[in-house]
Amino acid sequence: MKPNDVILNTVTKLAAVIIFTFSIDLFWAGHHFPGGGFIGGLTTAAGIVLLYLSFDIERIEKNLPIDYKKMAAIGVLIAIFTGLAGMIYGDNFLEQTFGYFNIPIFGETELATAVLFDVGVALAVIGTAVTIITSISEDEL
Amino acid sequence: MSESAEVIAGVLIFLGTLISLISSVGLVRLPDVYTRSHAASKSSTVGVLFILIGTLLYFLISEGYFSIRLILGIVFVFLTAPVAAHVICRAAYRADVPLTQTSAEDELKEYFTVNEKQSGDSPSP
Repeated sequence: MKPNDVILNTVTKLAAVIIFTFSIDLFWAGHHFPGGGFIGGLTTAAGIVLLYLSFDIERIEKNLPIDYKKMAAIGVLIAIFTGLAGMIYGDNFLEQTFGYFNIPIFGETELATAVLFDVGVALAVIGTAVTIITSISEDEL
Repeated sequence: MSESAEVIAGVLIFLGTLISLISSVGLVRLPDVYTRSHAASKSSTVGVLFILIGTLLYFLISEGYFSIRLILGIVFVFLTAPVAAHVICRAAYRADVPLTQTSAEDELKEYFTVNEKQSGDSPSP
């Protein structure tokens, strides 16, 4: 069934951009300010669910062809391998490190391996949340 | 410097809470879902906007901190709260929620009946 609510569709197009931008901001703020991988992933999942609510499922699956179950699995794998990388260099499991680098645009920036772990957490959260909501909203599986 | 920030922010936040109070009184006293949505969406949106602008101005004047998240919140509430009210009213009309007895005319009803005669297979609004 084709949805015909023009006002909801138009505002969803604008609001989804704001939600995804804000979720990326929350994700990067996690090291020094409130935020992080979990809440960044949840806000991204909320934006995707808003798109599912406003448009029909076939159109979302055509324009956003992501298998969310695989996405959750890849997130868990990334989190495990960043933990194993500490063991390769002779430290404990999940040992993290950070350093200061000169990046052309940003200047002197602190880069930490905890961000890679956060990427894994965010992908796992997005995959799990969207999988739960789409699988309980469909009639046939 | 800090006193002026407190005065400006205090006046704006007090106005915001007052408008929110008026909005909640309208939510209790008005007769049906459409007039209640009219009271709840518009004036509570303005109340939240006044509170957020007061907070933004307080931190801008007293500490020189320009919060981009408050600007984003202002834009987002201003953009989405009326759409939420629109969707709720639309769902209520399609679920045959009756208008209050004092309402004069229902222009949307004629439109729905005409559309049903033309298409034939659409479910009753």
